[in-house]
Amino acid sequence: MKAKTVDKIATGVFIGIAAFIVLLLASLLGYILVRGVSHISWQFLTSPPQTIREGGGIGPQLFNSVFLLVLTMIITIPIGIGAGIYMSEYAKPNKMTGFIRLVVEVLSSFPSIIVGLFGLLVFVNFFDFGFSLFSGALALTVFNLPLMVRITEQGLKGVPLSQKEASLALGISKWTTIRSVMLPVALPVILTGTILAAGRIFGEAAALMFTAGMSSPRLDFTNWNPLDAVSPLNPFRPAETLAVHIWKVNSEGIAPDTPEIAAGASAVLVILVLVFNLGARMLGRYVHRKFTATK
Amino acid sequence: MKKWLILSLTLMLALTLAACGNNNNNTAGNASNGGASGSPSESPSESASELSGSILATGSTAIQKLVEQAAQKFMDKHSGVSIQVQGGGSGTGLTQVSEGQADIGNSDPFAEEKLDAAKAAELVDHQVAVVAMAAVVNPDVTVDNLTKQQLIDIFTGKVTNWKDVGGADARIQIINRPASSGTRATFEKFALGQKTEDLQGSIQEDSSGTVKKLVSETPGAIGYLALSYLDDKVKPVKYEGVEATEDNVATGAYPIWAYEHMYTKGEPTGAVKAFLDYMLSDEVQHADVVELGYIPTGKMQVKRDAQGNLTK
Amino acid sequence: MAKSYDRLEGKPHLTEEWVGKAYTFVCIMFLVITISSMVYFVASKGLSTFLVNGVNVGDLLTGLKWNPEADIPLFGALPFIFGSFSTSILAAIIAAPLGFCAAVFMVEIAPKFGRKYMQPVIELLAGIPSVVYGFVGLSVIVPFFRDTFPGQGIGIAAGAVVLAVMILPTITTIATDALAALPAGLKEGSYALGSTRYQTISRIVLPTTLPAQMTGIVLGIARAFGEALAVQMVIGNAPHIPHSLFESTSTLTSAITLSMGNTSMGSVHNNALWSLALILMLMTFVFVFIIRMLERRSKL
Repeated sequence: MKAKTVDKIATGVFIGIAAFIVLLLASLLGYILVRGVSHISWQFLTSPPQTIREGGGIGPQLFNSVFLLVLTMIITIPIGIGAGIYMSEYAKPNKMTGFIRLVVEVLSSFPSIIVGLFGLLVFVNFFDFGFSLFSGALALTVFNLPLMVRITEQGLKGVPLSQKEASLALGISKWTTIRSVMLPVALPVILTGTILAAGRIFGEAAALMFTAGMSSPRLDFTNWNPLDAVSPLNPFRPAETLAVHIWKVNSEGIAPDTPEIAAGASAVLVILVLVFNLGARMLGRYVHRKFTATK
Repeated sequence: MKKWLILSLTLMLALTLAACGNNNNNTAGNASNGGASGSPSESPSESASELSGSILATGSTAIQKLVEQAAQKFMDKHSGVSIQVQGGGSGTGLTQVSEGQADIGNSDPFAEEKLDAAKAAELVDHQVAVVAMAAVVNPDVTVDNLTKQQLIDIFTGKVTNWKDVGGADARIQIINRPASSGTRATFEKFALGQKTEDLQGSIQEDSSGTVKKLVSETPGAIGYLALSYLDDKVKPVKYEGVEATEDNVATGAYPIWAYEHMYTKGEPTGAVKAFLDYMLSDEVQHADVVELGYIPTGKMQVKRDAQGNLTK
Repeated sequence: MAKSYDRLEGKPHLTEEWVGKAYTFVCIMFLVITISSMVYFVASKGLSTFLVNGVNVGDLLTGLKWNPEADIPLFGALPFIFGSFSTSILAAIIAAPLGFCAAVFMVEIAPKFGRKYMQPVIELLAGIPSVVYGFVGLSVIVPFFRDTFPGQGIGIAAGAVVLAVMILPTITTIATDALAALPAGLKEGSYALGSTRYQTISRIVLPTTLPAQMTGIVLGIARAFGEALAVQMVIGNAPHIPHSLFESTSTLTSAITLSMGNTSMGSVHNNALWSLALILMLMTFVFVFIIRMLERRSKL
């Protein structure tokens, strides 16, 4: 009898704590959204920030966040998938492989501030890229690479051995097998993982403060020549992302509507992350259905 | 067939990302169009547009806004010049200008205070504005005047209760700046006249916004802020009976102020010189400088050198 | 599926194979080079405090006074080290039981609801940017602590609470995986012997998954240890070991972000900050090492 009572109490505690966590998240999201959403308007999303007057927006910051994400993924995806393939298909189980595995693991748990400082030292100062989108993208690449490697490895490991062996038995080279048989099968996993990893870029601030800079120069959105200094596509201009902007507005803002801007920008950022998360899941499921249907 | 799959893989990734990118490109593009039509149109008739080149100004976040705003106006006039203004802190600005990575290094302190003498000697100082600061307290604190000695006592921890400096019985909570901060250096030098140590339990924040937030919320709090950050959420206190106003700073009656510097390596030339001249012109000094809460250098009736000596 | 009769020629085959191998190898080398240069640069900067500026390593690690701008500068980083450890470990102490309970709920009590709703919800927590956490911490948790407890509101407690929420997803996810991976026979055996669910969980499930649970906790601590901005906003940043959980103190990361931009490269103060970064990096190695040990144990 006593054991049953204990069991009931324990079950209650487990359910209670689970409910508490859900409540916590709900109130956290609610707090951010309720405070921020009322401030979001088309004008807020598109206009440039103001220094001392009211009515500043987050247009350039929003663009910078997305552009930085694209830049980072352009660098990360080919290298990450390549490295992932090596780890899962070519690496022989020896000391060297063990070491590389350790490297990937260490890299993935490096504090973002260390990556940022490294970026400041190497990309910004040593290679003289300055505070720029490019430096920021490189720093973020350092971040996302280990994730990409792990995702690719996971995806490839999930490919049924029989498919791989069937392809090899036909005399097809290993590389072609990987490219044409295994990668497509692993695609849903890789795709979902990649987008989830990319979502982290939106939230990153500590590493970007030291690499992409905290200023957003005037952009001419009619100028699409990537080599021009005022063009939004120029990767060598400094760029403040949304997350960095929240940090800056919170700490230095003197405009009268600073709290509203911070709240609004936080809400936009959280919504972006949510959309990214849900989108990744949905896309992953969709691709998975497509592929399993054609098989 | 397999090539096609690979292609679709890359395409799909590219598309997902590009889709997001495109959306926002458009958004932002509309924004600038909308903004441009509202703002005063550029002056194409400017004759001085033969100036060209790109300028990189980096450093102090305190004057970043001022320089950014002036740079925008300057670029509207001279379409051939592009100016990038970046933060990073005074130390970063001085390092970068001294190593030639930036054309202009923005700094709160004199270069002599941050770099070694040899490096500092290569830099040319351009003082573009004066920033004054005031000790501020939580609005509930009844004290409205503090002498130098009282401030020293507070910031060195000798006095920990407001009743010892003429206020109610409440604990004093110090909201300080980090030891590396230019604002703190100015405050210590001209308000306290000595360096202080970080006290047990004192709060340190680097940014004025956070300092203001904490002073306005924390009972018994004292901190210091540049005049541009003052509003009714915090209460400024007089220093030795002198109020922190622009006039009192200009006459030298109120001592807690410092220059904002823009350093160049050697004498500036070309576009950099034109921009620095523009910073000192009435167009900036009487508009943006005042607007952002600084005091124009031209208004000052006293001068100060790197050692802090005051001259009329 | 494989219709590849068009690729049976010998030679291009080999070239292609070589290209593939070379490409992936270059990619992996890129990773290795990145991390080696990272270690090299941070170490060379961090060590110059000792080698160039002549600061004693022991003084830095055990000194209690951090006063880098004084006439006789002092570099005692012990308060930062203490702050980092205390906030991140306290965060883990708060988050670990919560994470474990949530995992039990999701795997043992309500698998359907858990998998479908709870898991995504917790993963969303991981997606919220750290700046936003700091912002919420400063505007909700700090005022709450200030009004409820004696002290200033900011401090280790506020930092630990913010970090606990941040690392909760890490701990929960790993705990859930560990529970789900448990062989069903183990639990069924326990139930067959007449044990209640709680008995099964506390006597069978928890002990067998303990190493995996520990992995999650250490990962969480590692993440908390390296978090910078959210902590800096709520911890107060005084370079002292606090007398209470509600008194201003610093962590390694908050000390770095607070002063890095204000100091010029090559100055003693700047180098000392790099030394803090070096300590942070070495701690990362230690965490990875611990995780590896735990993983090895959980495999046995």
